[in-house]
Amino acid sequence: MSQMQPSGGQTGANPAPRSFQEVILRLQAYWAAKGCAILQPYDMEVGAGTFHPATTLRSLGSKPWAAAYVQPSRRPTDGRYGTNPNRLQHYYQYQVIIKPSPPDLQDLYLGSLMAIGLDPALHDIRFVEDDWESPTLGAWGLGWEVWCDGMEVSQFTYFQQVGGHDCRPVSGELTYGLERLAMYVLGIDHVMTMPFNDPDSPIPLTYADIFRQTEEEYSRHNFDGADTAQLLRHFEDAEAECDRLLAFPADDPKSGKRIIMAHPAYDQCIKASHLFNLLDARGVISVTERQAYIGRVRALAKKCADAFRLTEAGADVAEDAGAHISGVAQ
Amino acid sequence: MPDLLIELFSEEIPARMQARAREDLKKLVTDGLVGAGLTYAHAASFSTPRRLTLGIEGLTAESRAVREERKGPATTAPAAALEGFLRSTGLTLDQLERRADKKGEVWFAVIEKPGRRAPDIIAEVLEATIRNFPWPKSMRWGNGALRWVRPLHSILCLLSDEAGHEVVPLTLDGITAANTTRGHRFLSPDAFSVTSFEDYAAKLKRAHVILDAAQRESAIWAEAQTLAFASGLEVVEDRALLAEVAGLVEWPVPLLGRIADDFLHLPPEVLQTSMREHQKFFSVRNPKTARIEGFVTVANTVTADHGQTILNGNQKVLTARLSDAKFFWENDLRVAKAGMAEWAEGLKSVTFHNKLGSQADRIARIAALAREIAPLVGADPDMADRAASLAKLDLRSAMVGEFPELQGTMGRYYALAAGEPEAVANAARDHYSPLGPTDAVSTDPVSVAVALADKIDTLTGFWAINEKPTGSKDPFALRRAALGVIRLVLENVVRVDLRDVHVSADMLFPEAIKVGEWVPEDANRNYNSLLAFFHDRLKVFLKDQNIRHDVIDACLAMPGNDDLTLLVKRATALQATLQTEDGANLVAGFTRANNILTQAEEKDGVEYSYGADPKFAETDAERALFAALDTAEASIKPAMAQEDFTSAMAAMATLRAPIDAFFTATQINADNPIIRRNRLNLLSRIRSICLSVADLTKLDG
Repeated sequence: MSQMQPSGGQTGANPAPRSFQEVILRLQAYWAAKGCAILQPYDMEVGAGTFHPATTLRSLGSKPWAAAYVQPSRRPTDGRYGTNPNRLQHYYQYQVIIKPSPPDLQDLYLGSLMAIGLDPALHDIRFVEDDWESPTLGAWGLGWEVWCDGMEVSQFTYFQQVGGHDCRPVSGELTYGLERLAMYVLGIDHVMTMPFNDPDSPIPLTYADIFRQTEEEYSRHNFDGADTAQLLRHFEDAEAECDRLLAFPADDPKSGKRIIMAHPAYDQCIKASHLFNLLDARGVISVTERQAYIGRVRALAKKCADAFRLTEAGADVAEDAGAHISGVAQ
Repeated sequence: MPDLLIELFSEEIPARMQARAREDLKKLVTDGLVGAGLTYAHAASFSTPRRLTLGIEGLTAESRAVREERKGPATTAPAAALEGFLRSTGLTLDQLERRADKKGEVWFAVIEKPGRRAPDIIAEVLEATIRNFPWPKSMRWGNGALRWVRPLHSILCLLSDEAGHEVVPLTLDGITAANTTRGHRFLSPDAFSVTSFEDYAAKLKRAHVILDAAQRESAIWAEAQTLAFASGLEVVEDRALLAEVAGLVEWPVPLLGRIADDFLHLPPEVLQTSMREHQKFFSVRNPKTARIEGFVTVANTVTADHGQTILNGNQKVLTARLSDAKFFWENDLRVAKAGMAEWAEGLKSVTFHNKLGSQADRIARIAALAREIAPLVGADPDMADRAASLAKLDLRSAMVGEFPELQGTMGRYYALAAGEPEAVANAARDHYSPLGPTDAVSTDPVSVAVALADKIDTLTGFWAINEKPTGSKDPFALRRAALGVIRLVLENVVRVDLRDVHVSADMLFPEAIKVGEWVPEDANRNYNSLLAFFHDRLKVFLKDQNIRHDVIDACLAMPGNDDLTLLVKRATALQATLQTEDGANLVAGFTRANNILTQAEEKDGVEYSYGADPKFAETDAERALFAALDTAEASIKPAMAQEDFTSAMAAMATLRAPIDAFFTATQINADNPIIRRNRLNLLSRIRSICLSVADLTKLDG
């Protein structure tokens, strides 16, 4: 594993990035250099980077793990037809997940802020209590929201439980809200005016060039277009399918191997969660029903976590003391 | 005498947990040390976001040796007894002594517990403290099993005296205690070693850490005021925010910013709430106009540009927040000026509780009930109805959606914008109060009517569906609602029959939802149950005002106990009477009379209530008692009719001397059955006169 450069204030941070994608690319390069596997987004609609199986499922069991990735995230209720300066129904999160959490995770994190041009010698960076809980995933952890000059730029969490299972060892999770962070670094007031690629490119593209129309289309879809009867049916289908997949015997007669379909089942859990979010945006779920739906998604998440723990990737294995990421010599 | 320094260095400790944690650290460690035989002169604990620190002065260097002698069984006792004694003392037979005793020879154990060195004791106590620390929430990290509030990085544990210093040897889940710590995360990140508490505090200060939260608080407050004063402004005091901010910084640097002109017209509560909740900013106001015009943010670092970048960033975040707030305010005002019909309509689809209907249903019930309560509290019924219909509409406003704590406050602004009279608008704000035992109670009759209707509707509704508080569970805050009713009634001296109001409230709910103790053929059961709940809350409330539990019981047993004002008036008078010598002794006399009478009635199978006749009186004391009872009764009856409990009880207390004299001079169980019956009937008069005032049988002897 590579060594992190000392992060003393005097050395100064990198020059400011010039575009949204440069912020992303620098984070990718930084975490790659720290030894994380740079994964690609999960190919399904999710509400947050945490839903990616690289986080939810891989935080279970004892096998060491280190991954970083961009995850497009959808929050149907946050749609504002592209007019709000910082609210979007589709946005990007940058997610880092490392198991076991290294002792210098805070320093590693601060290094990533330096990498995108936020110099702690000029800014006020603070770790402010914020306990994280995902009722739909049956997960919780303790940590902070990280403030830069009074603005929340990341969520920093030590996972304690996922899918109802205690996390042993504990994973450290970092989540950056990319648009907001990039807007701050680039000095942009409205997300739609943010340069997506370099403004000096032959064909400069802003965030609006890429996403204004889709924000409009999806806002209308989420609030008025989506067929609620169909969504309800799909929710039931996903729920049933998840159960059905998990009911298969572990031994696969065709390959002769033991194959538990934890990931395909978890896909159905992700689907159910997104369908619930859409139903919520359509305003057809009452306050009391809400809890019941969340409980149903949580039940799926727990079953998938149970199943994953029975697989090779989710099992407990003998400790490999040497394998962990750290920027500070031990 | 050495001094002890302990520092537990971790990742950022939540600000709200620090005060409690430093107290716990001090208590657990000092209790542990004292329990193990050490003594100390003085202890003080400190906290910053990244450390908990304890300094102990004048600790004894070792615990005293203890010599204990224990007598065992006789040397002739069976082997089992001897074995038990050896087990309990941890000695072997050859270590026991034979000693002569009165009854013969017995075994004696002499147990020598040598003194232990302080470092050994400290290591043990500190390890137990860390492992059992009562954090409200704790966590594991990495591969470890240790729990702490956030990952624990290092332990500093140092004993020092004039001769030098030594690290207390301790290793805990891979963390070995040392004499080193670190300064400020960004300004002085390097590790350094210390030799004593003084050295530690001084070096920390050089490393940009103010150890003492109280010092950080006063530094923040002083600097914030100076900054504001220099601009002709003043900081709005907020103790809770100050304590919280002091827990977020090791090296506080207050910075003063201005609120952009665009936002200055927002209500001050909106500015303050937005800045405090989201940004942890202090509000800064213009002392001449009382308008909020600026803020103080407290950074945790010094920068080359004197905080300009930090201030710009904070200003930008605030502008975004206030733009939202302004957008909400302007939209809300549009709806308000149009009469708020849009919100009333919207609340039809907001569920209050799935069995108790929508918020709109609830508002309609409260309005109907407020109309009924209005005459009892001196409010105009139409106005109370109107106020109740509008009071909760702001729940649907965008501003309250964003800042739930502004409910009511916004309601008042919006009602005024809608052109409603002041009393109606104030009810929107004030009908939520009182929210706690010390919160102010509204006094405006319209607000009182709406507040009572709101709380009684809530209580009646949850009683109807049998969702009562149990043990520590009170998810709908029904205890607080009942206490609110009690305080509204008592502090406004409202005369209201709670049972009647409860019955009215109950009729506003559909029959179909009613379950539990509510049975149509015996509606009283549910009413009694809620009344009993009120009485329980009343007891708790009056206990805080030092009114005795049994005094309340004595008054609760009287008719009219669903009129709380009457009940408390009676209880207050009774308590005062019992504090006089006559009053206290009267109760003894009453109890004696009552006991004798009750026994006789049981034995004879009759009730002695025919009225005693003075012509059968034999002794002077007996005749005097007749006269005294006549006199007392003559004043008690009219006094009671006027609810003048003080006079009635004063008259009752005058019976003390005649009753005592009567018991001294007279034997009740006279041989002559006529005399005996007459005397028992006389006791019965004492009983009935006393019981007409309060049920004295409920008083503790």
